Amino acid sequence: MTVSERAWRLAAPVAVAAVLLALWQAAVVAYDVPAYIVPSPTRIAATLWQDRALLLASLYVTAGIALTALAIAIAAGAAIALLFAQSRIVEASLLPYAILLQVTPIVAIAPLIIIWVEDTRAALVLCAVVVAIFPIISNTSLGLRSVDPNLLDLFRMSRATRWQTLVRLRIPSALPYFFAGLRVASGLSLIGAVVAEFVAGTGGQGAGLAYQILMAGIQLNVPRLFAALVLITLAGIAMYLAVGALSRGVLARWHESELSTTA
Amino acid sequence: MTPVVALEGAAKTYDNGTKALQPVEFAVGAGEFVALLGPSGCGKTTLLRMAAGLLAPSAGRVRWWGEPALPVRDPRRKLAMVFQSPTLMPWARVADNVRLPLDLAHVARDSADAQTNAALALVGLTEFARHFPRELSGGMQMRASIARALVVDPALLLMDEPFGALDEFTRYKLDDELSALWRGRALTVLFVTHSIHEAVYLATRVIVMTARPGRVIADVPISAPHPRTSAFRGSPEFAATCARLSAMVIEASATVA
Repeated sequence: MTVSERAWRLAAPVAVAAVLLALWQAAVVAYDVPAYIVPSPTRIAATLWQDRALLLASLYVTAGIALTALAIAIAAGAAIALLFAQSRIVEASLLPYAILLQVTPIVAIAPLIIIWVEDTRAALVLCAVVVAIFPIISNTSLGLRSVDPNLLDLFRMSRATRWQTLVRLRIPSALPYFFAGLRVASGLSLIGAVVAEFVAGTGGQGAGLAYQILMAGIQLNVPRLFAALVLITLAGIAMYLAVGALSRGVLARWHESELSTTA
Repeated sequence: MTPVVALEGAAKTYDNGTKALQPVEFAVGAGEFVALLGPSGCGKTTLLRMAAGLLAPSAGRVRWWGEPALPVRDPRRKLAMVFQSPTLMPWARVADNVRLPLDLAHVARDSADAQTNAALALVGLTEFARHFPRELSGGMQMRASIARALVVDPALLLMDEPFGALDEFTRYKLDDELSALWRGRALTVLFVTHSIHEAVYLATRVIVMTARPGRVIADVPISAPHPRTSAFRGSPEFAATCARLSAMVIEASATVA
């Protein structure tokens, strides 16, 4: 990517945001919309600044839950995918349960998890893991199987052991798939954390952003509601960008998905 | 002399009933360059994979140096395969790709590196050792693939239409390079191709195959002396041999259709 293209790719969405925010601001002012219905962008920004201590503490809690859940989902998801790759029978017997976990709405099982797991934070992390793990499992196991059959023949003819084939062939082949799953999972871990917080409704010291939204809604403090929403969105974008940077760092030299256009 | 590889009535019928290959009887002696020539679907690749020990025949058997092909045998008698596509690991540099068979066999790093450099030099890729495969042209990728096959000093080199995807200029060049390597290193080569010209140019013997059902219809020695040059491609002898082989394939296809 050339410098000008890079700048352009950044500038274009920023310009769209600027236009939309300006329209929003103008509409709120022109129609004199009360802040408890739709606050103006400047009002939201002001609230964000005023309530920064409260909101940042909540962001820290929510982001902590999401990141912990993502780390667990990566480790456990990759381990399960490796287990699936060992035999078709193992995969066939366990995959339906992974899908079961995926299709069951987290809102429906979160209350159970919160009842069963005594530590609230652990319960919230577990909920987020349940949501985030499936794309890691499914993408990584797809990747572990999507190996060039000729390379597999080459390994067979070289009398490679199962272990050599796994480490030198299957795992590197699976990396692009794994990262695609990770991108989805990073967003899902945050969604899972927020949804679980909603269900748990934990206040006080460990209150996350979802709790702030819940409270702000009850109190009709809509500017704060929006401010919390902005932070959740920014956290999600930050996680997505971080995963993207990691993926580029690992795959840049060889995989089509991360090659720069000038190469 | 014991043939390097022999197919004794080897046939392949897949589980779904598809008859890929009728029983085949032929042997490749040490130092021969045998081309398997035929149209798509004639079972050339099936035959090559059986010769490589990657596919068990459903009838008959395959012998290497007079011994049953499977299970795995004398480690000094090495086979190497070059595939239709370069089949390089995209995440590994050229030198790491070429060294792979040695790494898998736990050859010590120093001697593996020396062998790798020698193999890269043979195919003229020394300068590109640190490149990634995708930074190489199609012809260079194929050279890397050949270097990976040569690095184990194979007693039998199996090649599955290795130059089929290359442009004609590159293909002629690599044909000449392969021919020189075969002569220089006393290799035994079993070479699958659907190009009559390539088969006649390279081989000491051409096994002609035809499709539906896949079978061997002729075994034709090509007696022209090596090294062969582009002058051979222009000779009446070359043209006559190509025409004869072409007629065989067409005739055999016509009787079925």
